[in-house]
Amino acid sequence: MAGLFHRLAEAGRRTVRISVDGSEVEALEGDTLLVALLTAGAALRRSEFGDGPRAGFCLMGACQDCWVWTETGERLRACSTPVAPAMRIVTQEVPWPKHP
Amino acid sequence: MAEAPVIVVGAGPAGIRAAERLIAAGLRPILVEEGERNGGQIYRRQPEGFTRPASALYGSEAAKATALHTAADALVARLDYRPGTLAWAVEGGALLTQCGDRVRRLPYAALILCAGATDRVMPVPGWTLPGVYSLGGAQVALKAQACAIGRRCVFLGTGPLLYLVAWQYAKAGAEVAAVLDTSPAHRRLAALPRLAARPAVLAQGMRYIAWLRRRGIPLRSGVRPLRIEGEDRVSAVVVEQGGREQRYAADAVGIGYGLRSETQLADLAKVNFAFDPVSRQWLPALDEDGRSSVPGIYLAGDGAMIRGADAAELAGRLAACAALRDLGQPVPESEIAELRRALRPMSRFRRGLETGFPWPAQQAAVLPDETVICRCETITAGDLRRSVTEGGAPEVNRAKSFSRVGMGRCQGRICGLAAAEVVAAARGVPLEEVGRLRGAAPVKPLPLTLEIEA
Repeated sequence: MAGLFHRLAEAGRRTVRISVDGSEVEALEGDTLLVALLTAGAALRRSEFGDGPRAGFCLMGACQDCWVWTETGERLRACSTPVAPAMRIVTQEVPWPKHP
Repeated sequence: MAEAPVIVVGAGPAGIRAAERLIAAGLRPILVEEGERNGGQIYRRQPEGFTRPASALYGSEAAKATALHTAADALVARLDYRPGTLAWAVEGGALLTQCGDRVRRLPYAALILCAGATDRVMPVPGWTLPGVYSLGGAQVALKAQACAIGRRCVFLGTGPLLYLVAWQYAKAGAEVAAVLDTSPAHRRLAALPRLAARPAVLAQGMRYIAWLRRRGIPLRSGVRPLRIEGEDRVSAVVVEQGGREQRYAADAVGIGYGLRSETQLADLAKVNFAFDPVSRQWLPALDEDGRSSVPGIYLAGDGAMIRGADAAELAGRLAACAALRDLGQPVPESEIAELRRALRPMSRFRRGLETGFPWPAQQAAVLPDETVICRCETITAGDLRRSVTEGGAPEVNRAKSFSRVGMGRCQGRICGLAAAEVVAAARGVPLEEVGRLRGAAPVKPLPLTLEIEA
């Protein structure tokens, strides 16, 4: 599926590879997780209340609609978390934090 | 024990100028900022390694943005700067903060809240679809990440930001399918005398509109939003326009109806609020210099009232002057008089914006029952209306306990003002009679694993 966001400039940055639900996603250094996920796909998560996919809303840390999780159960706000190499993200909540 | 410091919350235009004035008086304030970089949302900075010049990011405001960033960077060594730190409660003369997994309790001699604003949104069916963003969010995508929210964007709502963001998008090479303004053109004409209080700002706004029009981008006034369509993502925006339904194909929508002040920390500090009938919101009751009803608590910038970035810089400095005076430090009378004088046209201009681009309160009454109001917990207009008609909720806090509206993870930031309109319309009473959602700590969710530090 085509991404929601598309890049208009600053495309010359270094590539960063992360894992999203087990698949590799290519992002650029300086991307937020939200941008990394939405240039590659069209949603960040599904609403817990069964009304479909969500992809964030305010992009400034106010609405909390862009939560994703790491495979170890840490909750991240995708709009204000920069990508880092080898990040492993899941878009559905891990039931309980697991400490490695 | 050392004397408690002055704490400033927010490193945007108001907070930076407040901190600067405190430092000039010989103080070493604490500056708490939730983001990683200073500048606030209006002068939002792009990450390290991005190369666009300030002129491309901030347009006509580039000089002001650069001046503010330069001032902020120069302050860092002279204060206790805490970026990446959330201020989540005010309690017993102390500010509670969280950074990473550390929680701290910071007592203050004075607290200057410069918490800024977010978009004010009236829900419309379909607004939870991927591809719908607040206008401010659409702007952040462009400024901070060099991205457009879609390939073909519609901007819907009202206010000067509607045209500014459309212009920024078109200028950056995105396709703007339409700009759909709910305010009728005659309201904007009637507001011109007040808007003329800031002639340069008015002229700049008119230039954006003229530029969009020359580009052939459809600009419509007096529309009524009906729905955003799409299956798993946006495919079109449908509005009523001149009595007819009009459909605009698009894969993204920026939506916003002016701004709302971020007042939750002030609420937790127990300052008095007053209902402002023009903007239809409850705002902290302040004196001309930014003093609240609680000694030692001051507010400045868009977090106090929506007057924009230029006013925020002045108001931040003025609030610092007020705090200094109250702490017994000398402040020249002429400085205070000059700041008050400079802020007056900005207050007139604010009223021009609120009357020329009015919040479409009347839409709340006619939203279909299935319209989602609370995005956090998928609470609909119908759920809210039932809390009034069946539950007998007389005001919003009761409606909150019946329906959970405003109880979700955004704590009513996004839905609170619209929810109040829905409740007032369902009861058939003036908005001020349904009260306001009261803040609760933490104002934003905290991580699950925290270490408390004394």
